[in-house]
Amino acid sequence: MTLSQSETLLLVAVIAVCTCFTRALPFLIFAGRQKTPKYILYLGEVLPFAMIGMLVVYCWKDVSFLQNPWGLPELIATGYIVLVHKWKHSLLLSIGGGIVLYILLCQFVFA
Amino acid sequence: MLQVFRAAAPRTVPVLAGYMFLGIAFGLLLSSKGYGWSVALLMSLFIYAGSGQFVAVGLMTVPLDIGMAVLLTLLVNARHLFYGLSMLERFQGTGKWKPYLVFAMTDETYSLICSTKVPKGMNKGTFYGIISMLDHSYWIAGSLCGAIFGSLVSLDLKGIDFVMTALFIVIFVEQWEESKDHTAALTGVFVTVLFLLLVGRQWFLLPSMGGILCMLTLLRSRLEVKYHDLVTE
Repeated sequence: MTLSQSETLLLVAVIAVCTCFTRALPFLIFAGRQKTPKYILYLGEVLPFAMIGMLVVYCWKDVSFLQNPWGLPELIATGYIVLVHKWKHSLLLSIGGGIVLYILLCQFVFA
Repeated sequence: MLQVFRAAAPRTVPVLAGYMFLGIAFGLLLSSKGYGWSVALLMSLFIYAGSGQFVAVGLMTVPLDIGMAVLLTLLVNARHLFYGLSMLERFQGTGKWKPYLVFAMTDETYSLICSTKVPKGMNKGTFYGIISMLDHSYWIAGSLCGAIFGSLVSLDLKGIDFVMTALFIVIFVEQWEESKDHTAALTGVFVTVLFLLLVGRQWFLLPSMGGILCMLTLLRSRLEVKYHDLVTE
């Protein structure tokens, strides 16, 4: 489904404000150079790792492993991306190649 | 100004390639969901956050849920908090550029600014400002190209959604290589899988975020030391 124009504008505005808020927050709070609470520093260190882990799973939420094609296109493309990225560290090869591979798998091999 | 531009532009070439490519992918994805180039422009101009915008596309294909949008955006962008903390000092004395520098601090611009010295005699604010503006313009240009191309050519793009998965997998791999300890990354994966299985795909995100926060808080005494080196680099 697609959001209406006003819903889209509202959503974009909210996300823009929230994004800007996270970027500006340290400057707003710690401009006076007090010490940053250690708990916050700790969260800033570990959350980025955990959030990307969460987002990877989030992307897989609609894959069904129990019926044809048993998540095979996703598994194959993911295997390709991990290996090629570890090998070459090139966005074009890993992401670009991964998407092309996935689209081909979906449209021709497992169609 | 021209002199600053000449000094700054070459530094941004690696970002040019990355942002054009990811921007095009974002534009294509957005247009495949039925949104025009103006939405891509608005998002890349005012949100200007790679992973944040990909997550936003997900929110634009389901009924409007502002609360979820706020929560997801804050958590996905939690890393900016840490970027900001490490930039508090560096951005001092950047004058009128400062608000824009803070707004435009993406992962790529952050690492560019961290690794680039301001040439002698050059104004710090202007130098960082031009770098940030160039990066921002690559991102906008890329997403516009993708959105316009996507609306002109009626490709069968079944499977293009995978671009978001691919992006997060690549970030995951890079973070995995960057850190010796993988507890935080694995916590994110396993807690989310657990709640996906427990409560189903419609409601799992919120409890997952809560669960991750709890787990990381419980593991603090163990993890704080291990992850500290990484941040003070």
